[in-house]
Amino acid sequence: MTKADLIESVYLKTGFSKKESAEIVEMVFDLIKSTLENGEKIKIAGFGNFVVKEKESRRGRNPQTGDEIEISARRILTFKPSQVLKSVINEETE
Amino acid sequence: MTKSELIEQLSDESGNLNKKEAELIVNTIFDTISDALVGGDRVEIRGFGSFTIRERDAREARNPKSGDLVKIPPKKTPFFKTGKELRERVNSSIVVPAVASIAR
Repeated sequence: MTKADLIESVYLKTGFSKKESAEIVEMVFDLIKSTLENGEKIKIAGFGNFVVKEKESRRGRNPQTGDEIEISARRILTFKPSQVLKSVINEETE
Repeated sequence: MTKSELIEQLSDESGNLNKKEAELIVNTIFDTISDALVGGDRVEIRGFGSFTIRERDAREARNPKSGDLVKIPPKKTPFFKTGKELRERVNSSIVVPAVASIAR
C-alpha cells in the first residue's frame, strides 16, 4: 500500500474530491513531519507513538575494513506500536 | 502531540476543514494503515517511512518473578523504518544549532 491508496481511502470515506483528498493527506504527513523535526513526539492512540531519540556519539567499526571510527551524535526516530495494534495484527493470523 | 492535537492543527491549518472532518480524515489514515498491516500488506509512504510486519520466532523465557519456564508463541510485530527525507530532517535539527553557535 502506498500514499495513493491512503488518498483513495480518504476520498471514499469523506466525499472530498481526489485532488482535495491528496492535499489533505499530504498536509497530515507534513504536520507530523514538522512536529517530529522539532523533536516533539507524536502519540496516536490505538496505533502507536513516534518518538525522537537523542543518540550520543560512540565508537564503532567499519565492518568492511575493521577500522575504528567515531559515530557522531544524532537524532533518530523510533516507532513504538500500541498494544492495540500489536494484538489486532496477531489475532488475525491465529 | 496527540491525535486530538493533530486533528486540531489539521483543522486550523487547512482553513476549510471543521473538527469533525479533520477527525474523520486522521482516523481514516491510521485505520487504513492498520487494516493493511493486519492483512499482511506493507505500507510505504514516500518521504515519511514504511511499515512492515516482522515475524518473531517462538521462544522460551522465564517469568522473572517465579522463575518458571514459559513458552512464548511466535508473534508478529509492526515495524517502522523511517524514510530518508524524514530521517534527515529529524537529524538535521541537531546540526543546525551547532553550526549556528560556531558562526556566532
